[in-house]
Amino acid sequence: MATFFGEVVVAPSRAGLDEEEEAREETPEDREIRREIEKKREVEVLWSCAEELLVCSRFVVAIGRNAAAFLSSFILDSVCWEVVGVVKLWNEWCRTSSTTNVLPTDSFCLFYRLISDPTVLLCQCSCYVAEDQQFQWLEKVFGSMQKKGLQVTILSTCPVADYKTQESTLTLVSPFLKALKTKEFQEQVCCPLLEQPNIVRDLPAA
Amino acid sequence: MFIPCDRGGGSAAPDFKGFTLLMPAVSVGNVGQLAIDLVISTLDMTKVGYFYTDCLVPMVGNNPYATAEENSMELSINAEVYSLPSKKLVVLQIRSPFIKNKYRPFCETLLSWVKSSKCARVVLLSSSHAYQRDDEQLLGTPLRYLLTPDLEKAVGGHVKELNWKEMEKVAAYPGISNTEKVLHIPGGGITKLLFTESCSEGIQMAVLLKFCSEGDNIPDAFVLVNYLNEWLQLIKSEVSTSNNSTDPSSQWKIPSSWRLLFGNGLPPALF
Repeated sequence: MATFFGEVVVAPSRAGLDEEEEAREETPEDREIRREIEKKREVEVLWSCAEELLVCSRFVVAIGRNAAAFLSSFILDSVCWEVVGVVKLWNEWCRTSSTTNVLPTDSFCLFYRLISDPTVLLCQCSCYVAEDQQFQWLEKVFGSMQKKGLQVTILSTCPVADYKTQESTLTLVSPFLKALKTKEFQEQVCCPLLEQPNIVRDLPAA
Repeated sequence: MFIPCDRGGGSAAPDFKGFTLLMPAVSVGNVGQLAIDLVISTLDMTKVGYFYTDCLVPMVGNNPYATAEENSMELSINAEVYSLPSKKLVVLQIRSPFIKNKYRPFCETLLSWVKSSKCARVVLLSSSHAYQRDDEQLLGTPLRYLLTPDLEKAVGGHVKELNWKEMEKVAAYPGISNTEKVLHIPGGGITKLLFTESCSEGIQMAVLLKFCSEGDNIPDAFVLVNYLNEWLQLIKSEVSTSNNSTDPSSQWKIPSSWRLLFGNGLPPALF
């Protein structure tokens, strides 16, 4: 397509597949580079408790700074909760470390356990987990758990501007809550369900 | 990869032996995916499972084919399988793009699932950049087909009767004469890879594609799904009594999730 200045550029396609990538065969050097990058982008989950598998009946995951701040403000404290794990990862947007002493402005992903009931786990994930790391995060975190009637609650936020509705979002009263639930979740949901055509992406979706 | 839905009553995993697998390529304009949405919605197909894969960007939402309050609450994710045993049809819908470097593993796993589930044939709906057409392709129908050699043997005759146009091969090095001709499907996503792999692995695969550009691709989806219908006869094309023409477009049911494709309502304050 022609742009404002008259030069012709390839329009970004919703197909999402990079043509360059598709056409080129991978050389051994490419393969080596790709492997190195994959190693650098590996997600490491480090648990500080002794057990090989954490028995878990309730798992609350707060994804994104707002949700993480919600947990910090209303739920977490150093008396009732102890840190039991941390995720170490790197991507173009952020790097987390294995330290558990974090500032609210840091990018981090920490796991807490309720001291009075150690089967209740919380996760605060304020760092961005990239597309290629989401599945790994999922498998490594849930793979460390022994699920006992596990109920998972995921908290996250999205910009109101992304919400699709018949009226304009300017007239919407925000913030507002919407939920998605699996059919196995039989309890009452505290807010309306997310209507089509709205969807959830990234780590909360994974 | 394939996880069957638990429908209760202790039902075993669904059997797709001899079925036709219909699936989209994530391609320009998402035309294949839109066409698949029309098929699933119109035939009221039942979800029978999903793909548990790390190759596609995760997404989740409520039932995109909901028709009422009661059926709107089922979760839907990025790769799901629907079936209609009465037509021996199984449909895979893909709802998000591939994660970088993951499209090859996905194709390999998909083709091995096709073989293990003993599907009779695969029909891939796709599209290609309209602006890459050559002078000859600019004229006539924007629809093309491809058949793997194994499927050519089975249905080649029937397809010839439909008067369809086969996708042309292009010179490997344009501008230089006497070069070999290769298949080139720009904007087609995994179409070329799946097709060439199917050729070499003896899988019966057909590709149906339309030349199009990014934009409002709903009309393209209708054209593609009608093209498919000429062959597979999924719905009856009723003859319209008013102008005596066969136009099945009105018989395809648009899913509820196609609402608001181009944004929300406008703020009144704008005017």
